[in-house]
Order: sequence, then C-alpha cells, then structure tokens
Amino acid sequence: MEHYSMNLTLKVWKQKNATAEGNFETYQVKDISSEMSFLEMFDVLNEQLIHEGKDPIAFDHDCREGICGMCSMYINGRPHGPWHGTTTCQLHMRAFKDGDTIVVEPWRANAFPVVKDLVVDRSAFDRVIQSGGYISVNTGVSVDGNTIPIERENADKAFAAAACIGCGACVAACKNSSAMLFVSAKVSHLALLPQGDVERKNRVLNMVAQADKEGFGSCTFTEACEAVCPKEISITNISRLNSEYLKAGLSADKAH
Amino acid sequence: MKWSDFFTSSVGKKLIMSLSGLFLIAFLVVHVGLNACIWAMDDGVMFNKAAHFMGANVVPRVLEIGLFAGFLLHIIQGLALEFQNRSNRKKGYAVKMGSKGSAWYRKSMGLLGTLILLFLIMHISHFWVPSRITGLEPTYIDGKEYHDLFGRMAAVFTDNIGIVILYVLGCISLAWHLVHGFQSAFRTLGLTNHKYIRLINGLGIGFSIIVPLAFALMPISFYMGWV
Ligand code: HEM
Ligand code: SF4
Ligand code: FES
Repeated sequence: MEHYSMNLTLKVWKQKNATAEGNFETYQVKDISSEMSFLEMFDVLNEQLIHEGKDPIAFDHDCREGICGMCSMYINGRPHGPWHGTTTCQLHMRAFKDGDTIVVEPWRANAFPVVKDLVVDRSAFDRVIQSGGYISVNTGVSVDGNTIPIERENADKAFAAAACIGCGACVAACKNSSAMLFVSAKVSHLALLPQGDVERKNRVLNMVAQADKEGFGSCTFTEACEAVCPKEISITNISRLNSEYLKAGLSADKAH
Repeated sequence: MKWSDFFTSSVGKKLIMSLSGLFLIAFLVVHVGLNACIWAMDDGVMFNKAAHFMGANVVPRVLEIGLFAGFLLHIIQGLALEFQNRSNRKKGYAVKMGSKGSAWYRKSMGLLGTLILLFLIMHISHFWVPSRITGLEPTYIDGKEYHDLFGRMAAVFTDNIGIVILYVLGCISLAWHLVHGFQSAFRTLGLTNHKYIRLINGLGIGFSIIVPLAFALMPISFYMGWV
C-alpha cells in the first residue's frame, strides 16, 4: 500500500486526576505518516503539546508490541480501535484517512477508575489473579518435557487461553462491565492442564468471588468481549468457566 | 460453599436465569401444543376439552403454581441482573459501541423481557383471570359442561385488530428474546463442545421462529375467520 501522510482532528478525554470532572479536548495533528503506530501519533502530539507549554496526554503503554496489555484506549467507539485482534500499540495510522476525526476515551467501568486522562487503574485484575490465577508448586528443577502427557486438543486450548494479556478490553466493551472473558481465560488455561487440576475448585470459586467483589458484572453472552479482544480469546472459555464454577460450587465441601 | 453464596454470585444469578428460562421454554412447548387444538376445525371442541383437562386435573394445577413461581423468579432475577449490570458503569462512553461486535437483541434482553412482561399482564387478564377468577360462559359438549375458552378467544380477537396487533408484537418480542436466550441458557450451564453448541444454535433459531409464529397465527386465525 502507498504511504501517505494525514492531518487529523483528535478529541481526547482529559482528566486531571481521579476526582476531577474531566472533559474532551480537541487537538489538531499534522503530517502523520500512515506507517506510524497509534501511540507514535500520540508521541508526536505530546511533543507538540510540551513545546507549546501545555499538559501532555497521559496514556499507558509499555511493550508497544502487543504483549503487555497496557495500552488501553477506546478509539471511535471500540476498545483498541477499528482493527480486529489488534492492541492499540499495534494499530497503525493507515487505519485512518486524511481529515478524519478520532475520539479517544479511557476504559469505562467502575472497577477501572480513571487515574489521569486515558490511564485507568486496572489493579482489580491483579487482585483477581492473586485470588487464584496461579499454581502453588515447588519450583525446583524443571522436569523433562513430555513427562506429563497432555492431550493435544487441551494443550492447544490452554495455549490459546493463556494468550490473554489482561488488557481489560473485554470489560471496556461489555454492557455489563463483566470481566468474564479475562477470568475465564485464566481459569481455562489452568483447568485444561494437569498441573492446574489440584487447585481447580478453589481457583474458580475464589477468582469469580474476587471479580464480583471488584464490581465486574455477570456475563450474559452478548459476545462484545470476544469481538474486541486483541488476543481473540474465545467466548467458549466463559462456558468452561461456568462449567468449572457449577461443578466446584456444587461439590466443594468447605465454607468460602 | 454456602448455597446463598452460590446463587448470589455472578455465575449463580445466571444459573437461575438459565434454569428458569429453560423451564419457561418447556412451558411454551406445552402451551403452543395445547392451543394448536384450535385448528382442529371442530368449533373448539377439542381445544375446550384439552383446556378443561388442564384446569380440572390436579397435576397441571400444581404445575401452574410452579409456572407462576418460575415466571416470578425469572422476572425478578432478570430485572435485578439488568440493573445491577448496568450500574457497574456509572460513567459511559461519548461514542457508543452500537452493534460493533454484539447484535442488538443480545444486548436488549432486559427490554425484550419487559415487553414480554407487559404482554403477559394483558394476556393473563384476557384469559387466566376470567377462566379462574371472574368466571366464563359455559359451553356443553355431549351434555357435559366446559369453560368456553374457545369462545373467549373468539370474543377477544374477532373484530379487534388492535388486540391482534398487540399479540403479534408480544410474539415478536418473545422471538427475539429466545433467539439469544435459548442458546445463552446452554452456554450459561457450561456447554463448551462446539459440535453441541452448533446444534443448540440451530435448534434455538428454529424454536424462536416456529413457536412465536404459531402463537401469532392464533389471534390472526380468529381475526381472519380461519377457525
Ligand atoms: C415465556 C417467557 C420467557 C421465556 C421463555 C424466557 C426465556 C429466557 C431464557 C432462555 C433466557 C436465557 C438465560 C441464560 O442466558 O442463561 C432468558 C434470559 C433473560 N430473560 Fe427471559 N424469558 C421469558 C420472559 C422474560 C420476562 C417476562 C423477563 C423480564 C421482565 C425476562 C427477562 C430476562 C432477562 C433480563 C434475561 C437475562 C439476560 C441474558 O441472559 O442475556 N424474560 N430468558
Ligand atoms: S480476554 Fe482479551 S480483551 Fe480481555 S483482558 Fe484478556 S486479552 Fe484483553
Ligand atoms: S503497549 Fe504493550 S500491548 Fe500495547
């Protein structure tokens, strides 16, 4: 495809701190290359703002290669912008045309409060992981590969679920602000493998309880999460989470 | 785990929706099958007899209590779920997602359910209340007395285009509620095998078209003079 440059109008959410009101600010950016990433476009804008003595736009980012899950932005009515299966940092400006107006908002959910501008506090996800998204094993010498046989189908499904980067786009897209795609990816990843079997009941019960406590909603299978997930996590994982939860909830013999 | 924690968790609430929804689906099968007797072309004899059996026999009467309880549970938990879920995002987006990624009816279960509820109130006042409480004209088949529910249907629908339209709209709401609800109920219960998910999707769409269509054709049949 031809390279081209474009002038854009940006409407970006500006909010001084967690308690401030916040509002949209309009910015003009010029000569943006179609080969820039969306975050590089923000870098250009922020440099311009710093030169003008204005407050740059705060946004989260780390790896800029689609693996850390930090770059949360709701772009033109869609988490991570218009491209399917792509994080904001991997979104490129060729997704837009000269003269476009782009509206950028932070994730919206009570459980993800805005810290500043586009930065939200996603520590609720960390607490969900801390409640059970791990295996308590003695990490000694790593064992030989293939000492524990794992069914091919389950290995593939576990691997696909493990691709979740905890970005929170599923919550941002969901009308219920449900975190179930995230929780189910973490639960499925371990439930499908023999190593996760020992703690599987407590894991799913505790992780769902923590997600509920954080203020994430119930899943009603609207499928919005699956459509926006940059790692294309399958919504079938949520059915698996429900199945794990029902089995554990009905059979676990201990007060939680 | 305590039962109270189990059923009030985010997954437990959906379990209640799913089981009560499936129970209501089972009721629809009975209801549509029984009502199809109006098309026996016998001036309602078969239908009135069938309805009499349901009214006179103790088993259906006990089931009726269960049916009211099932509806109440589904409606109360459904509305509570809808409002709780909505309250998890106090501040919304300036640019809405719209139908990017999620079809409108999957996101409108609360609205569709409320439309069904409004329909139900009208429907119960048309048939259940006169039949069980205020009394219906009797009709005599082979010298035996029956409630003339067939006559009641004729009275409600014939020459009453407004009511017929409201019934058809009620059926359309039910159809969309079921297009999402039928398959969602099975996913809520933990169905992960894609072979069965595809089967349930197909069955669900078929059910969502055929059953509401059959219901809608009942008032239309009276209005058009087909029965
Ligand atoms: C004959 C009537 C009805 C039938 C057969 C029916 C069936 C269903 C089914 C199968 C589900 C899916 C459950 C799940 O996803 O696990 C459902 C969900 C739901 N129903 Fe109904 N329903 C009926 C009436 C109503 C009424 C009267 C209301 C409310 C006023 C209502 C509100 C809801 C809500 C809010 C949900 C949850 C949304 C969701 O899971 O996506 N329904 N219904
Ligand atoms: S499931 Fe997808 S959208 Fe949700 S946190 Fe994981 S990677 Fe992000
Ligand atoms: S910055 Fe790491 S995924 Fe985008």
